[in-house]
Formats: sequence, structure tokens, C-alpha cells
Amino acid sequence: MDGPDRFVSFDRVSKRYGAAVWAVRDLDLTVAKGEFVTFLGPSGSGKTTSLMMLAGFEQPTGGEIRLDGRSLRDVPPYRRDIGMVFQNYALFPHMTVAENIAFPLTVRRQPRAEVEAAVRRALDLVRLGGMAERRPAQLSGGQQQRVALARALVFNPPLVLMDEPLGALDRQLREQMQIEIKHLHERLGLTLIYVTHDQGEALTMSDRVAVFRDGGLQQLAPPLELYERPASSFVAQFVGDSNQFAGRVVRVDDGLCLVELDGGWRVTAAAAGGIAAGARTTLSIRPERVIVSDAGDPPENAGPAVVEELIYHGDHVRAHLATPTGQALFAKVLSGTGHGWLRAGAPVRIGWQARDCRALDPLPDHAGQEQ
Amino acid sequence: MAAGTVRAPAGRSRFRLRLGAWLLILPLFLFAAGTFVIPIGLMLVRSVQDPDFAAAFPRTAVALAAWDGRDLPPDATARTFLAELQAARGGDRISPAATRLNADLAGFRSLLLRTARNARAVGEDGLGTLAAIDARWAEPGLWAAMRRAAGPLTDYFLLAAIDLQRTDDGSIAAMPETRAVFVDVFIRTLWIGFVVTAFCLVLGYPVAYLIANAPARWANLLLVVVLIPFWTSVLVRTTAWVVLLQRDGLVNGLLRWSGIVEQPLALIYNRTGVLVAMVHVLLPLMILPLYSVMKGIGPSPMRAAMSLGARPLEAFARVYLPQTRAGIAAGALLVYISAIGYYVTPELVGGGGDQMISYFIAFYTNRTLNWGLAAALSLILLLATGLLYLAYARIEVRPEAGK
Ligand SMILES: Nc1ncnc2c1ncn2[C@@H]1O[C@H](COP(=O)(O)OP(=O)(O)O)[C@@H](O)[C@H]1O
Ligand SMILES: [Mg+2]
Repeated sequence: MDGPDRFVSFDRVSKRYGAAVWAVRDLDLTVAKGEFVTFLGPSGSGKTTSLMMLAGFEQPTGGEIRLDGRSLRDVPPYRRDIGMVFQNYALFPHMTVAENIAFPLTVRRQPRAEVEAAVRRALDLVRLGGMAERRPAQLSGGQQQRVALARALVFNPPLVLMDEPLGALDRQLREQMQIEIKHLHERLGLTLIYVTHDQGEALTMSDRVAVFRDGGLQQLAPPLELYERPASSFVAQFVGDSNQFAGRVVRVDDGLCLVELDGGWRVTAAAAGGIAAGARTTLSIRPERVIVSDAGDPPENAGPAVVEELIYHGDHVRAHLATPTGQALFAKVLSGTGHGWLRAGAPVRIGWQARDCRALDPLPDHAGQEQ
Repeated sequence: MAAGTVRAPAGRSRFRLRLGAWLLILPLFLFAAGTFVIPIGLMLVRSVQDPDFAAAFPRTAVALAAWDGRDLPPDATARTFLAELQAARGGDRISPAATRLNADLAGFRSLLLRTARNARAVGEDGLGTLAAIDARWAEPGLWAAMRRAAGPLTDYFLLAAIDLQRTDDGSIAAMPETRAVFVDVFIRTLWIGFVVTAFCLVLGYPVAYLIANAPARWANLLLVVVLIPFWTSVLVRTTAWVVLLQRDGLVNGLLRWSGIVEQPLALIYNRTGVLVAMVHVLLPLMILPLYSVMKGIGPSPMRAAMSLGARPLEAFARVYLPQTRAGIAAGALLVYISAIGYYVTPELVGGGGDQMISYFIAFYTNRTLNWGLAAALSLILLLATGLLYLAYARIEVRPEAGK
């Protein structure tokens, strides 16, 4: 059972604070050796707590965490050999950059010459060659971030954890660091667990993404599957943009289902697991998969709509639409493709392919019948 | 350029702004000057002023200042002195002058007052007349003491405050051992301050750590517990220790009841009592700056250090402790400076050998009215405090520079 596929495993892990607060609940999750897994979820969903339990700073209330087949229950944090990058970097302000990076080596009592060589290599790795004698306070945010990275990597830990490492950086720097971290992962063959609440970051960087919600795992899947085949309406809503409609399943049939949206419009959709005839459902469709046309009907799920508002986004135009049956939705239309007829107030035909649209568990406010 | 034309008014309004700022702090400035700087300055000036003798014997003082100090003064000086003695008799200036002389030379007070009673004007041989009233007037030392008191400025008090004196020939020498007390008292004061600071640090550091890392509602409760004694009068706190530590107080009762000791321990009216009470009184001054520094550190540096492989003790010593250095320095400075100025607590719970310098300042200010000596002792205490502060500023103002 243990093997490279289960390098890190969470086995029904829970963490409770007091009687009422479940920070993490029955978490089952595995990470393979060399994999880049991102924990994605809104603030307070238990990502940091899961990471802290793995690093050894919190004890699970229940369940078992294993690293390389070995239970971590009685292993103190300083013997876990896990590199960690903290959200606020946690650099040591009274030490120079070089001393910060040398720290994990000096506590391991490595010979001085080796330490110096390793520090130099680590500094080059994160392209901070000239900064060795500076203090953290004399560095920019991005440079501090790189020092934290170098310090977590310099002792060659087999597993590296990063808790929202780029949260404090501006967008441009963040995108640059995302690429650098991804390259480091590829180059060093690290196993990396990365925490973020930014879905774009999760999609672009990871081999697999674990979506957290209220202390539980919603879905663990590669980015493409997460985006194309979300397992729940929460995931569909949290990862990327989506239009969501309430409705009832009329009939399920070989992975497809017929759904009657509130208001009476009947559409065909791909059925997620657990969808049964007669149940309430939330239908999710990505805005760029909504087809808008002036005359001809789209091939599937066609229906009338009115353009309420157009918002220009440069590369695309966002069209807010309303259907006679009461659905409000928006579509992304690539700009510059000659949609001269697309004007506010114009009647249009809309539709989408059945496989682009998924019937999922009902969102809380979609659970009841309309009215 | 349009920008150029708005420059001048901007400059003027900036000046007006700055003037406004000065006016705003003017009340504070006046308050500090009126209640603090000026009174303390006036008090400290007394450590080098010696007006008492010259006030009663102005012409004698001038004549003595002109005298070379060898052997006996010229007879004219003695005659002037006799005349002024007569004039001063019954007045209220002679007593302070007598007190001042007595501080230098024991027995001078009664000699001067008796001589004044028997003084009469003479045409010649003033020295002989004085010697007839009391044989001691023939001793050069007596006149040398008067010359030292002639003022208006003197180093007498400052020298006395560090157990030095001027000999009759004007050179500086050590006080005779029986009268040398202040150097010992200063050393004792600095030592007690050091011990109290060390205890406060050792006891306060873990408490501050606990409060800084406790969950919010516990932290608030603990802070209040620390602050309550801080808000209580020093007198009340100190008396509470008397109740606890006295011969048949709570602590001794408990120790004897549990059979740990048979005879009650002497816990008060000695050095133990002073240390216990002072540490308790000053502990909040250590805890609060430490707490505020630790609050800003949070758990992540320790966690980072441990994730990088440091055992808790090494993580603490190499990562946490150095980051609290500013808090340690501030707390230690506050405690130490407060401790060396302490007066009430040692007086209430200490023995005769535990009194600190402030006790003597109060003693000379209130009991013997020797304000010159009180001022000199205060000045030295203030200098010690100032030096400490300078040392602190050198270490702490540039925490990023150097290691
Ligand atoms: N020390 C703690 N005491 C009580 N509740 C906590 C503590 N740490 C975290 N929590 C709670 O656990 C939940 C998960 O927190 P966290 O793991 O920090 O979320 P995330 O990192 O996803 O934002 C939150 O509801 C948070 O309030
Ligand atoms: Mg977090």
C-alpha cells in the first residue's frame, strides 16, 4: 500500500479546537513523490491547519499522517525534515541573509566549508548572489520571499510546504515567482505542497489541486479535470467563473440528464456522480462555453435571451443575459470577432453543448423549489 | 511656470504650520520646565552652593577667602569675625551657619554659639580674645574649616558624597573611615539594583512569554493579574509583604506548619525582605516591555527554526531570545533605574544595612536639612542613571547595525 504514490498520506485526519470548531474534518489525501499538490480553498477552510499538522506544529485530534510510510505521530517537528515556507516568510531579522540560509545546516552541525558552499549554491539558485550580507529588513518583499525559499531548500528536504508564500507580493512579482517555484520544483524533483486561496495560481502551478471547504476535501484532481469536471457546485463556483441555475432532474440516462430549470426551460447536461431523477440540482456552465448568436440556433440547449449589459474587457466582451424563463447568466465573447449585432437590449439566441454543462449537487439557495 | 507662483505662499504656510506645532507643545514645555526641569535644577545647584556661612558673616567670608590658608588668619579677620558674631547674635542666620560648620567639624556648632554669646568688640588682638573665650580658636584647623565654608561655591558636598574631603592644606583626601559611608551605600544601591533586575528578568521572561502566547481571553486575564499590583500603591504592596513575611506571618506559619523549618526564618527587615518586596513591586516594569516585544514576534520564528531542524532549546537561544533583546534591554533599564532610586520599600522591609542611597537623600533633605549634601548625592545618582541610559541608547538605538 505504501509506495511512491503515497509519499504523504492523510488518513481520516481531524483537528478540533474546543468542542465546536472543526478546523479539519476526516481528511483523506495522498501525495505522490515528486508531485506538486496545491491546497486551495477560501480563508478558514483548514488549509493552514492541515499543513501545520503535517509539519508537526499541531497534533491531529484524530487520524494518522504518514510521511514515506512512517507515522508522524511521535516525530517532533525538528526531526521531520520538512522544508517550510511561511506566509510571512518568518525570516530571522537579527541574522544576515547568509546566516538565515545557513541556519538549517548549522543546527545539523555541518562543517563550515560545506555550509558556505551550500549557502552560495542556494543563493545562486534563487538569484540573490549579491545579497548574502544584507539583513532581511533591507530586502524587498520578493527578495525576502526568495531567501525564505532558499532557506527551506538548502538542506535538501524531500518534502517542502509553502503556506500562501506569494500572498504579500504584487501581481507581477507573484506571477514571476510562480514560474520560479514551478521551475525549482521541476529541477530539484521536490515533493511540494502549496497552499493558496488564489484559484488561478492553483490551476497554473499544480499537478493536482485539493479543494478545501469547511475543513473537508471537496475534490482532489488535476487542474483540467477540476475545471472541466468539477465534482460539486462549490468547486464549480470557486474554481473559475461559472453560471449556476437551480432546477430539478427529470431523467438520467448514460451520463447525461434532462434538467428542468426553475421557470420551465428544459436542458440536457452531463450528470455528476450522485445525480438521481427527481432531485434538486444546480446546473453549472462556464461563461466562455455559452454560445451567443444573432439568428441561427446553437446545436444544443438553444433558447431565447435578451442582452442586458455589455462590459468590455479588452480580450473579451462580457455579455449579461436574461432568459424569458428567469435565468440570469453571462457569456464571454471573444472581442474583435465581428459581433456587431451584439448590443444592449438586442434579442439573441443562446445555447451550449450538453457536455459543457454539469448537473451538480444543489447549492443551499437552490435546494428548495422556486417560490 | 505656474508651479513657481504657488511656491512662496506654500513656504509661508509651512512656516505657519511649524509655528502652530510649536505653539501646540508650548503648554507641555512650560509644564515640564515649571514642574520638573527648574525645581530639579535649583535643587541640584545646591550641591555646589555654600551660602550659609557667608549669609551670617559676609565680611568674614570675604576676608577668609583672601587669606592664604596657612597657619592662622590675620588678626584683622578675627576682629571682623568678632564684630559680626556680635551682630549675628540672636539673629536667625547664625544657626544655619553653625550647622554647616558642624557638618565639617564635629562640635563646631556649640563652639560657635557659645563664642557668639561671649563675644565683644575689641580694638586689637582679636585672636587672643577668641582664644580666651575658647582655646580651640588657636587651632588653625578651625579657621581652615571656616575658610572652606566661606562660599559662594564649594566642592565640599560633592566630595563628601563620595567620601572625600579637603584637608586643611587644601588637598583632596579620603574621609576618615568612621565618616566614610556613601561609597558603600552607592555600591550597595547599584548591587541591589542589579540583583533585583536579574530576578525580575528571570521571573518576568517566562511570564511575558506565557501571556504573549496564550489564547486572547487568557492573555487579557493574565495581563490584568500582572497589572493589578502595578496599579496598587507601592506602600500597600510593601505593607502586604510585611504581613506575609514577618516572624509569625503567613509564610513562616506555612513553613512551620508543614515542618520544613522549626524556627521562623528571618524573612524581613533584612536583605531578603528588600529583594522580595522590590522584585514584586518592579516585576511589571520588566513584564510589560517584554510582553509588547514578544507579542510582535508571534509563534512563526520558533516554528520556522524547528522546521529547519533546531531543537526547541536551540531554536529559543538562537532565534527567539535575540529577537527579544530590545525588550530585555528596555525592561532591565526600567527596572534598574527604578530600583536604584528606591526608598520606601527598603525603609519599610529592610534593616539598617539595606538602606539605599535615596534613603540618605531623604534623610538629609527632611531631617538634618543638609540640602547641599542631599543635592550632591542626588546629582551622583542622576549621573549614574544618565550613564546607564547612554549605554542603553548606544546598544539599542541602532539594533540593525553590527552584531
Ligand atoms: N488555534 C486555533 N484556535 C481555534 N480555532 C482555530 C485555531 N486555528 C485555526 N482555527 C480555526 O480553524 C479553521 C481553519 O483555519 P485555517 O486552517 O487557518 O484556515 P485557512 O488556512 O484555510 O485559512 C478556521 O475556522 C479557524 O478559525
Ligand atoms: Mg491560512
